[in-house]
Amino acid sequence: MSTLVATPIPNKTGSMRHLLPEFERMKARFPAGFESSLTLPCLRRIQQERGYVADEDIELLVEYLGVPRIRIEEVLSFYTQFRRKPIGRWHLQACRNVSCSMRGAERLIDLLQDRLGIRPGQTTPDGRFTLSTVECLGSCGTAPVVMVNDAYHDNVDAAKLDALLERLP
Amino acid sequence: MTGTKVIMTFPVTPTSHLLADYEARGGYGTLRKVLASMKPEDVTKEVTASGLLGHGGAAFPVGRKWQVVHLNDGQPHYLCANADEGEPGTFKDRWILENAPHLLLESMLIASYALQVRNAFVYIRGEFDLPYRRLAAAVEEAYAAGYFGERILGTEFSCDLVVYRGAGSYVCGEASALITSIEGKKGYPRNRPPRLTVRGLYQRPTVINNVETLANVTGILRDGAEAFRKIGTPKSPGTQLVSISGHVAKPGVYEVEYGYPVEKFLFDDCGGMLGGKPLKCIVPGGISTKVLTREDIAGLTYDHKAFEARGSQLGSGGMIAIAEGTCMVRLLQVMLRFYHHESCGQCTPCREGMGWLHRTIDRMVAGQGRPEDIDTLVRVSEANDGTTICGMGDAAGYATVGIIAKYRDEFEYFVANKRSKCGGRLEVDLASVGQAAYA
Repeated sequence: MSTLVATPIPNKTGSMRHLLPEFERMKARFPAGFESSLTLPCLRRIQQERGYVADEDIELLVEYLGVPRIRIEEVLSFYTQFRRKPIGRWHLQACRNVSCSMRGAERLIDLLQDRLGIRPGQTTPDGRFTLSTVECLGSCGTAPVVMVNDAYHDNVDAAKLDALLERLP
Repeated sequence: MTGTKVIMTFPVTPTSHLLADYEARGGYGTLRKVLASMKPEDVTKEVTASGLLGHGGAAFPVGRKWQVVHLNDGQPHYLCANADEGEPGTFKDRWILENAPHLLLESMLIASYALQVRNAFVYIRGEFDLPYRRLAAAVEEAYAAGYFGERILGTEFSCDLVVYRGAGSYVCGEASALITSIEGKKGYPRNRPPRLTVRGLYQRPTVINNVETLANVTGILRDGAEAFRKIGTPKSPGTQLVSISGHVAKPGVYEVEYGYPVEKFLFDDCGGMLGGKPLKCIVPGGISTKVLTREDIAGLTYDHKAFEARGSQLGSGGMIAIAEGTCMVRLLQVMLRFYHHESCGQCTPCREGMGWLHRTIDRMVAGQGRPEDIDTLVRVSEANDGTTICGMGDAAGYATVGIIAKYRDEFEYFVANKRSKCGGRLEVDLASVGQAAYA
């Protein structure tokens, strides 16, 4: 089910300290004394707000959670969804795993590269699109699937793709 | 129709996932009954008697897992629902999260009561957006209605629940990696023993069950273990949500009663292959299970023993149907690229082995394959088996060995002729069956 157009990925500077009250509310439902568990939720929330995770965000969480800096760096490099740099406003993530490939994902990814003039991992010079290829998104029954920011787009073909790209400012 | 249903028992409407609709279907009535009339250990006894098996892939008996937790050991216990659905081809738990989130929550409350859990978690993969929003909204509804929090429904039982979102990691679907991730670390699997039911999350006894597994608990407590046992087969009671994809005419999620004929499922319920193409083989339950050819599935029924007898497994229920004309070398290449990408890097045999397998098959597909490469793929897979902390490296090996065992001729052809026997095709060639291609 496509629910677009969603919100573009932000690219904000400045402190994320204003999120601390939200972090406090999250903490209430965790068992007491295990603040390190908040590492992933806090990083996700910061990335949602800023568009990526900056060095100062790491400092903020070191201070707020009392977690060693290396632990946060490890988390950021281990999980593929975390970003340390700004990306385009629209992050197109095309699945290339088995079920999607069997339903045309390879041609779709070729088409995406062709339309955007970039390769996976790159951002268009105008900062509008970033293209990634990803592994199974768990939507194999409606393959091929392309994620646009948070939203899944199912059964994507050339016509749907072109209509979609046009709707993304 | 695919037999008796226990999960997909209601029509999906724009409101069927909401609390009001769930309560109108009798929702949270079983929780009330359990809290009012049963002791925690009796709940576990009922689940054990039901013979419920894990639905995440390993089919471990749920009751035996729960029994390991000692109720009066003076420690906190934890419960985690594994919603990190990432096994390629699997999208069944999503159906529950999107359409029946309260069924999962009621079941988790019953399980938390049985295991004396104060803090429960749902670990959901980071990419899932709608499933997360549906589940998170359901949690808020349930809190507001007094099903979570302090002194639930006026009893002594209290329970909190956190929906914990992953951030992109296949290996975090492995139970020990999952709890390591909840602890706020990179998701490295842990060595067993100790079992997680002895020392799990925060070093305390922890039960981790798949979403679908837990979703069965409410029905078992509502209707009793005996009624549950009447569904399915004696060794595989109940049903499986089968998510089917690939070259099948009607992909989607189907609830299949154990013991149902596989051919009837594929050719009647799922409408056969796209464009009426013949079936070549199936990946039975996620790409980590060994492929079964058209001949292998003749007369096969959908249950654990029957699949094991044919040399495979039900796995996660993520079935992929593959039509004649599909290149199995290229298909394995896609799989090995995935395993290489997802190896967490903790254990040497997997970290190095996945790269080795991936590079070998890439070379083959590039037309640079050597005759010995086929045996290298098998040898690396087999040498990897059982040498790593978690089962991911083993799984890649099963997929590799399974495909080469059944389709060795395609690999030999590829090496000898520097090209695919099937035109390198992964898609169904709809033009050849007189239908317009769809893109």
